[in-house]
Amino acid sequence: MEVLYFAWVRDRVGTAREQIDLPDSVSTVGELAHWLASRSSGHAAAFRNCELLRAAVNQEHVPFGHPVAAGDEVAFFPPMTGG
Amino acid sequence: MIRVQGVDFEPGAEIDKLLHGRTAVGGVASFIGVVREDPRGPALRAMTLEHYPGMTERMLAAIEQEANRRWNLSASLIIHRYGRMVPGDRIVLVVTAAPHRQAALESCQFLIDWLKTKAPFWKCEETEEGEQWVEAQVRDDVAAAKWQTEPAAN
Repeated sequence: MEVLYFAWVRDRVGTAREQIDLPDSVSTVGELAHWLASRSSGHAAAFRNCELLRAAVNQEHVPFGHPVAAGDEVAFFPPMTGG
Repeated sequence: MIRVQGVDFEPGAEIDKLLHGRTAVGGVASFIGVVREDPRGPALRAMTLEHYPGMTERMLAAIEQEANRRWNLSASLIIHRYGRMVPGDRIVLVVTAAPHRQAALESCQFLIDWLKTKAPFWKCEETEEGEQWVEAQVRDDVAAAKWQTEPAAN
């Protein structure tokens, strides 16, 4: 699975994207966020408060209860500030 | 039509090109978003817009499609820039053309309200005090939410 990070989420994690092997215990975006948080202190800082984060699966906005699968592209980012 | 680009755009030329040959158009509305300095804050040197390539184009196309479903439009255009810009630089252009003004004006506001909360862009400000990511504004969510319930007039 490809995981992408944007804006301050990327700053805290320390990388813009990473390839991960999805563990069997992870089946939703929220569970993925929880699992990613344990990978490093940077990840922990990024995922400390998931209420501040938004997610997309395969480039579509999704809630944290949305399912994830091995081939998905999952992105985590703060609320958008375009325009 | 949507475009995501690093370089500046010329609004007049873009509008002329969009309207070329469209004789059923009775009104054109446009919105230009510009890099703004907050007079109460530290001096703004630059602003960098980051985006999610691929998803940005998908979201802008979906938002434009929704505007065309709600209003009777002759043509529409969204141009959004990314990269480093300085105060006064243009960031975004929205143009809507319709047989009548109400559809053009309403859909233009709808597009800019929706893209602020749905298109994956993030602003990072550079000031003399350092760099800081701009936080999303509750008022932007409120502006976007009003279009969820308000029926389109035309």
